[in-house]
Amino acid sequence: MRSIERFDIRRLFALGLAAALLAGCGEAPWNDPYPAGDATGNRVYSSFAERPKHLDPARSYSADEYAFLAQIYEPPLQYHFLLRPYRLVPLTALAVPEPAYFDIDGNPLAQDAPAESIHRSDYLIRIRPGIRYQPHPAFAADGAGDYRYHALTALDLRGINQLGDFEQTGARELTAEDYVHQIKRLAAPWTHSPIAGVMQKHIFGFEEYAEGLAETVEKDPLERVARLRDSEIAGVEVVDPYSYRISVKGKYPQFAYWLAMPFFAPMPWEAEVFYAQPGLRERNIMLDWYPVGTGPFMLGENNPNLRMVLERNPNFRGEPYPSEGMPADEASGLLADAGRPMPFIEEAIYSLEKESIPRWNKFLQGFYDSSGIASDAFDQAVQIDAGGEPVLTDAMRERGITLLTSVEPSVMYMGFNMLDPVIGGDSERARLLRRAIAIAVDFEEFISIFTNGRGLVAQGPIPPGIFGYREGEAGINPFVYEWIGGRAVRRSLDEARVLMEQAGYPGGRDRETGRALTINYEAIATGPDDRARLNWIRKQFAKLGIELVIRSTDYNRFQEKIRNGTGQVFMWGWNADYPDPENFLFLLYGPNGKVEHQGENASNYANPEFDRLFNAMRFMEDGPERQAAIDRMVEIARTDAPWLWGFNPKAFSLHHQWMYNASPNQMANNTLKYRRVDPELRERLRHDWNPPVLWPLWAIGVLLVVIILPALWLVWRRERSTAL
Amino acid sequence: MTAYIIRRLIYAIPILIGVNLITFVLFFVVNAPDDMARMHLGEKRVTEEAIQTWKQEHGYDRPLLYNPDASGLARVTDTIFFEKSIRLFVFDFGSSDNGRDIGYDISQRMWPSLAIAIPVLLVGLAFNISYALFIVFFRATYVDIGSVVLLVAMMSISGLFYIIGGQFLLGKLFHLVPISGYDTGVEAWKFLILPVIVGVIGGIGAGTRWYRTLFLEEISKDYVRTARAKGLSERRVLFRHVLQNALIPILTGVVVVLPLLFMGSLISESFFGIPGLGSYTIDAINSQDFAIVRSMVFLGAVLYIIGLILTDISYTLVDPRVRLSP
Repeated sequence: MRSIERFDIRRLFALGLAAALLAGCGEAPWNDPYPAGDATGNRVYSSFAERPKHLDPARSYSADEYAFLAQIYEPPLQYHFLLRPYRLVPLTALAVPEPAYFDIDGNPLAQDAPAESIHRSDYLIRIRPGIRYQPHPAFAADGAGDYRYHALTALDLRGINQLGDFEQTGARELTAEDYVHQIKRLAAPWTHSPIAGVMQKHIFGFEEYAEGLAETVEKDPLERVARLRDSEIAGVEVVDPYSYRISVKGKYPQFAYWLAMPFFAPMPWEAEVFYAQPGLRERNIMLDWYPVGTGPFMLGENNPNLRMVLERNPNFRGEPYPSEGMPADEASGLLADAGRPMPFIEEAIYSLEKESIPRWNKFLQGFYDSSGIASDAFDQAVQIDAGGEPVLTDAMRERGITLLTSVEPSVMYMGFNMLDPVIGGDSERARLLRRAIAIAVDFEEFISIFTNGRGLVAQGPIPPGIFGYREGEAGINPFVYEWIGGRAVRRSLDEARVLMEQAGYPGGRDRETGRALTINYEAIATGPDDRARLNWIRKQFAKLGIELVIRSTDYNRFQEKIRNGTGQVFMWGWNADYPDPENFLFLLYGPNGKVEHQGENASNYANPEFDRLFNAMRFMEDGPERQAAIDRMVEIARTDAPWLWGFNPKAFSLHHQWMYNASPNQMANNTLKYRRVDPELRERLRHDWNPPVLWPLWAIGVLLVVIILPALWLVWRRERSTAL
Repeated sequence: MTAYIIRRLIYAIPILIGVNLITFVLFFVVNAPDDMARMHLGEKRVTEEAIQTWKQEHGYDRPLLYNPDASGLARVTDTIFFEKSIRLFVFDFGSSDNGRDIGYDISQRMWPSLAIAIPVLLVGLAFNISYALFIVFFRATYVDIGSVVLLVAMMSISGLFYIIGGQFLLGKLFHLVPISGYDTGVEAWKFLILPVIVGVIGGIGAGTRWYRTLFLEEISKDYVRTARAKGLSERRVLFRHVLQNALIPILTGVVVVLPLLFMGSLISESFFGIPGLGSYTIDAINSQDFAIVRSMVFLGAVLYIIGLILTDISYTLVDPRVRLSP
């Protein structure tokens, strides 16, 4: 018995050693987190930090979720991958729809008709015939042509725990009805679409339709779907199997941008009926978890606790890679694949990586193809050259890593509550006070200290890349900057102090009461890291003698204060929905005020002239007239200074040398289809970069022997020693 | 013993109600139902109407603890607390606020937690007890003093340091194991090596010191002196007598944590990307998902109570003098 045990132990040891040696002989790096052989596949490896909350295109409104959704669902339009400024191009549509205008009597109007005369804008969207959905059980049919899984019983659901457990799948052609069905879903109260409120204002009949569905909220999910199919929205109609029309109230040129967002992607009614069946939700098989799309990829594995896998949709039509780009794109190889059918990869594997340190290290080891740069790793990856431009460090260049940067269509601003009697309001005193603070708060320093230089000081509400933004001297905020030596130079603190004096606060003290001016700053502080930032902000105000009281709270309470207008100064941001100045200037539009109208104007700024210009500008086509209106609006806003304009964040991304067609596009989310990789190069470099270092194992072994042998000897000696 | 166990289980009911009530109050002090709705509906363009619909659909449109508009018993039962709590007592965890079945998620995510926790417990126990016995063997020598200094130093170092240090050395520098990640089936083993090593090393300081204290306490007792007087070797005294008699306090510490192994580790799972119940709880707290938070707290309380009962039972097994009174 004992000899058998000994033999087994020996055999196990030998097997283990052999396995270890084999692993060391080049099968795969020991630290490879993927199954053996994966590296040679035509795959992209990436990561995600947070599990997506929603994968239903009617509900999802987050960039993290769009990273998956936009590869699966196809709205009618998309952004051109390479051309700048951002331009809408067809995706499933045959062309970008031109609105047809009508007056209140239904008479057609010319394209240049005044906005106030336009009662209705019709968008006729024609989709390409022949587009097919991904294989999905919702479409599976039996021999008689009936849907195989539309009347599931408890017996049918035995052994079904995930979508892949259904044996049969099917597909069908995309039709206009699917797009219309999705718009109905946006209106349905039970869908909780975040844009339902916005669309009520714009689509004819949308609000009435939503109200009509209110009684259906309590109904069975299958009845809800039936109700959607049986009812119509007045302003949305199926024209023929490949065309549908959306009637928009008045003139709303920005509507076309919404058509490039997943909200307006098609939803086949079969999928809704399938997921609405009893028993599936209990198994976590639901539309919000398992998407059904026509895009280049489909969700092959949905385990957001571990890994999300996008697989190539076998029914995808093969969209050609763009043939035109910006002048520099040809040289950088971004047009090398022009005209070739996409997608280029078979699969994309997204691993859950919550912490930045392991994510960064795995990128350096070659296990992720691309990466952002966390603050901790910034100095390791990027240095600022003599010209102030970010460049890669030698270590990164040696690995053939490339750096791509772009200014995000976002703004991080410091807002004043304009309803506040001290810091807000339309008085000259308050205006001068705000302008003085605008000079004192040094956002160049903020960017340098807290964002590793990844930002551009904003001169107004519109970020670069958006129509209406002005560069150079014409673009500076004259109340805060001067144009000296070809660059914007922040005005001196002396000027700010003079403004303080004019405002009635010489040296930061109220001239009438003699008391120090005290302002409350509403902060979201979640940890010790925030302390340095808050101290910095306090010091900026102290330059003018203003005592800043930091009122830290959690995000819920912070939002509540902003909603109720009880804060004074706060910092917030906005990320563009679409690349139009309207999407930024509406943050300062009076009827959008947070307190009175529950809008997105968090500073509750209201200026009649600004509002009038906004109402005119929003309907204009891009051109000199619109630019003039925007210039005037920005001038008004700078004069009133409801915000310190803050900064526009810059996105930095790193890509390994085996990754091709990586171009920063801050508006497009469906960029996976453009990606191409060289798997052989990746596999070779992963091996080169990750040889197992075995000497520590030997060293530990020797160390254990060195420790254990003397210890055993000591035990032996002690046991044999006498008491005296 | 059966009567004792039944009595303990009955005692557990008011404890669980109390735990549930405290969780409920603490959660809703920080998060109002409106905040939860906003968190789930997103930050942009959320209307008051959408918030009300969400609350209605998820049962958060009722009063929290007391419904003055209702009559009779409904004043208590027609509340968020009652509606959300009562099903827990039959282990029906319901759905999370984003619609997923919590029971199913728990059943899926407890395995990765166990895959780490069990080896860490067993290897750690074996190592710590052996090391503690070794130190006790050399008590009052430089081996003892040096070991205690080392153990105190190891106790004083943050667990995060072991995690990051382990990832740096074994994953990044020596390329021996993946830095983080997880896989199902046999592929999981290579991801478990590092968390288990880190877990064991991180627990050596406190564990070994605790066992050393237990053994030193035992070694000064009369029966040990008697054993030595009989001429037994020190090794036999330690392994046959001291270890056996120190099992009661060891069991107290070990058995009580056994059920809690299911709950996983909050930090470790997050850093190693292990999809266990620890990261499940953290995610739920971050996303203000009360349904998951209350379920996990309730489950933790139940498991703790079970652990205590098991500890009591184990006393009777290792010490014949202990009897559980009904």
